[in-house]
Amino acid sequence: MSSSTKAAAPAPVDVAPEHTGGRGAALVQRLVVVRELGILAALLLLIVATVIANPRFLSGQNLRDLLLSASILTVLAAGQTIVIVTRNVDLSVGSVLGLSAYASGTLLVNAPGTPVVLVILAGMAVGAACGLLNGAIVAIAKVPSLVVTLGTLYAFRGLDSLWASSSDRLQINAADLPTGFKSLAGARLLGVPLLFLIALAVVLLVGFYLRNYRSGRELYGIGSDPAAARLSGIPVGRRVLLAFVVNGALAGLAGVLYAARFQTLDATAGTGQELFVVAAAVVGGVAIFGGSGSVYGAALGALLLTTIGTSLPQLGLNPFWRDAAVGALILAAIALDRALSLRLARRLRGRNLRGA
Amino acid sequence: MIPVPGETCQPRSTGVHIRVLSVASVTLDTAGRYPYGLRHTPCETFHTSEAVTLEPAPAHPAPGSVVLALEDVSKSFGAVAALRGARLELRAGEAHALVGENGAGKSTLVKILAGVHGPDSGRVLLDGAPVTLDNPAAARAAGIAVIYQEPTLFPDLSVAENIFMGRQPLTGGRRIDRRELAARCRALFERLGVTLDPDRPARGLSIADQQMIEIAKALSFDARVLVMDEPTAALSGVEVERLFTVARSLRSSGAAVLFISHRFDEVFDLCDRITVMRDGQWVSTDPATDLTVDQVVRRMVGREVASLFPKIDVEPGEVVLEVRGLTRVGVFADVSFDVRAGEIVALAGLVGAGRSEVVRAVFGVDAYDAGSVRVAGSQLRQGSPAAAMAAGLALVPEDRRQQGLVMELSVERNATLTRRWKLARFGLLSARSERATAADWTKRMQVKAGKLSDAVSTLSGGNQQKVVLAKWLSTDPRVLIVDEPTRGIDVGTKAEVHRLLSQLAADGMAVVMVSSELPEVLGMADRVLVMHEGRVVADIPRAQADEDSVMLAATGQAGRPAVAS
Ligand SMILES: Nc1ncnc2c1ncn2[C@@H]1O[C@H](COP(=O)(O)OP(=O)(O)OP(=O)(O)O)[C@@H](O)[C@H]1O
Ligand SMILES: [Mg+2]
Repeated sequence: MSSSTKAAAPAPVDVAPEHTGGRGAALVQRLVVVRELGILAALLLLIVATVIANPRFLSGQNLRDLLLSASILTVLAAGQTIVIVTRNVDLSVGSVLGLSAYASGTLLVNAPGTPVVLVILAGMAVGAACGLLNGAIVAIAKVPSLVVTLGTLYAFRGLDSLWASSSDRLQINAADLPTGFKSLAGARLLGVPLLFLIALAVVLLVGFYLRNYRSGRELYGIGSDPAAARLSGIPVGRRVLLAFVVNGALAGLAGVLYAARFQTLDATAGTGQELFVVAAAVVGGVAIFGGSGSVYGAALGALLLTTIGTSLPQLGLNPFWRDAAVGALILAAIALDRALSLRLARRLRGRNLRGA
Repeated sequence: MIPVPGETCQPRSTGVHIRVLSVASVTLDTAGRYPYGLRHTPCETFHTSEAVTLEPAPAHPAPGSVVLALEDVSKSFGAVAALRGARLELRAGEAHALVGENGAGKSTLVKILAGVHGPDSGRVLLDGAPVTLDNPAAARAAGIAVIYQEPTLFPDLSVAENIFMGRQPLTGGRRIDRRELAARCRALFERLGVTLDPDRPARGLSIADQQMIEIAKALSFDARVLVMDEPTAALSGVEVERLFTVARSLRSSGAAVLFISHRFDEVFDLCDRITVMRDGQWVSTDPATDLTVDQVVRRMVGREVASLFPKIDVEPGEVVLEVRGLTRVGVFADVSFDVRAGEIVALAGLVGAGRSEVVRAVFGVDAYDAGSVRVAGSQLRQGSPAAAMAAGLALVPEDRRQQGLVMELSVERNATLTRRWKLARFGLLSARSERATAADWTKRMQVKAGKLSDAVSTLSGGNQQKVVLAKWLSTDPRVLIVDEPTRGIDVGTKAEVHRLLSQLAADGMAVVMVSSELPEVLGMADRVLVMHEGRVVADIPRAQADEDSVMLAATGQAGRPAVAS
């Protein structure tokens, strides 16, 4: 404890508390950074290897394509991170994306003059409604989110198919969409694709929110120990609901981006994305049991997974290997997280010691 | 002047409190801090005629109005009636003790005050008006701050964030002001004399540190009512003293303090009134000065209990555990000691002296940088609890929630978890033998549980501790290491645990006991090793161990350097 009673004693083996302070914080900071640097290093390694095999990989167009493909997954991963830090998961995001993409397509077909901003808001509203449903069932009925969102994964997809088959067109094609909306895909700002900038803005906003706002920290608290969160007076249900709604809205945004990028929309858009998104978050160091991880890591994870998809063919490997590579990455990420947390735990335990 | 029995007095010359037992004699505690009669530490008795002029201790400010009251509150969990007509009345400016056996319903009552549980019947009155506290936030808003019996921390978040969760200081843009957050945290720690780093994550903190964080959190509320459910269970005298100083200053500023503890010296030291509970019912509320420890215990238990078990004298046998030069940089250094069969060796010291860390390293949970551990002559591989268990070591850890119990499993499962192979026949575990063993041990330890198949998480704190003890005692180890064995255990069972430990030692087991409770250390140990800042600074045999010698060594003021015996 404190030093009020310190007197002639054997030399303390611990460092002075003032130093412990700085070191403890620095240590944690360092390990977190190490985690994100690890993904960055893997990404660079992959890029270097691909460039050696095919120097054209680094061409402007290729990079732009890469960023364009990564942006949708990045937006989804940012949303998923918010949910996962609360010790939940949302498996319905692929279906929500599909629903929102089809909804915005339909809106544009029926009212071609709709401003892009309104389309985006409409897509996000559709997503938020889906998220509200997920969140309400999880928070109020207290059913595990894995089960709930597995159910809504099929329900939302079914709704999407039903809608597509009952309307007069099963598929919305590029020809049906107004040019103003289509130009979104090719738009650039200082050479960077606009869609990627949107994704980047989402990541920065979510990251800022999670770190600097009380309710953002409470999301981490809930995931870290739900029982303690309840005892601390955190409105757990409300916060979890909010996480699902925001995630839904971001999946809705991803749906609009999807519509703008692919311009061919049917009821299968975004199928299978959910696991890819969770994989991106896990590879990015977001703990699946909640409480830790950052949205930046998740975004890097999304970028890494996308890069693998495009670089494997260039390395002369069958795209079939992509799945295997993703799997290996997940395992490596889990191993890395485990090693880092053990290290951290070991270091921290020594720090219980204070001066007498 | 002639003092009145039961009164606390303070002779001018010594500054020491004296409790008057009878008009003919007074008992003076030489340590001066815990004025009550039932201590086994040396006391001096003066006849009034010999005593220096006795003057009544300054009277406490007249207790104020009733801030918070519970009337006829009942609460059941399924078939278990945790509270049956409980009553409590907290006045402004008083420290109020709530005592009762394990499972008497104290923590349940606390959780009703905290808005965690709603009462099935009965009323909660705040300033005389009925209120509904239907969630923890409502209780907070009403000015009630609670330290729960089990720490409720977020392991992934920093210490400072843990303390100020939901109340972080903000900048203009409603953003969290991190610098201010750390500064406030440091200011709080200064008041409590804690030197923890506000930025480190809460994961990996010792139980005592977790308790200090809980205390800091509760203090940061500036509450009108401070409720503390066994806050001192893992703290040693110095930390407790510091907590009490803060609690007293809160009390004198008009707050009501509710204090729960199984340590009666603390109860009588701090509190003005004492409420006793038994089996979920209110038994009595009286001024502390009208009561003696014996009376309180009798009301709690409903019968006479020996509050201390006399240790059996044993002739120590062969050296079983040999620790040499054990060092972990920055944590403990050059720790050497021997433990013989039949011997109980206590590791005493302040919180953070490195006692738990040493035993964890010995058992192989943590690594060490130098030194060796030998069991019955053969070297123990480091970092392997499995090897330690195979060699006949058992460790009862301090943190029952994290390391001792699987909270979701039933009582019987937990109790037999460590001996499943022994109970199994042909590799199959028979439910009957499991149940029989569990029933036997839960009875020996007086575990109060509804059914043995109930989840451990539904037991009261003290009863969980009994299950942890049962789990390890039943393995019949060669060397038993217990870390805070009686944390949160009530008087009656504490004596039973002491009897059990003493019996096990008499049967030839070597026992290493880490304990922050001085009476327990002095009462049970054949030898007391005192640690200070990671080193063993004194090795005191039973005959010479007393409160002064141990405390002086623990605070680094005296003590002979340890000799590896
Ligand atoms: N959530 C719960 N579910 C079922 N039973 C419970 C629950 N919480 C408490 N109980 C039961 O209520 C009774 C009172 O428990 P409580 O925790 O209030 O005791 P306590 O007086 O605090 O004891 P201790 O001194 O051991 O902390 C016990 O029999 C316990 O098993
Ligand atoms: Mg309790």
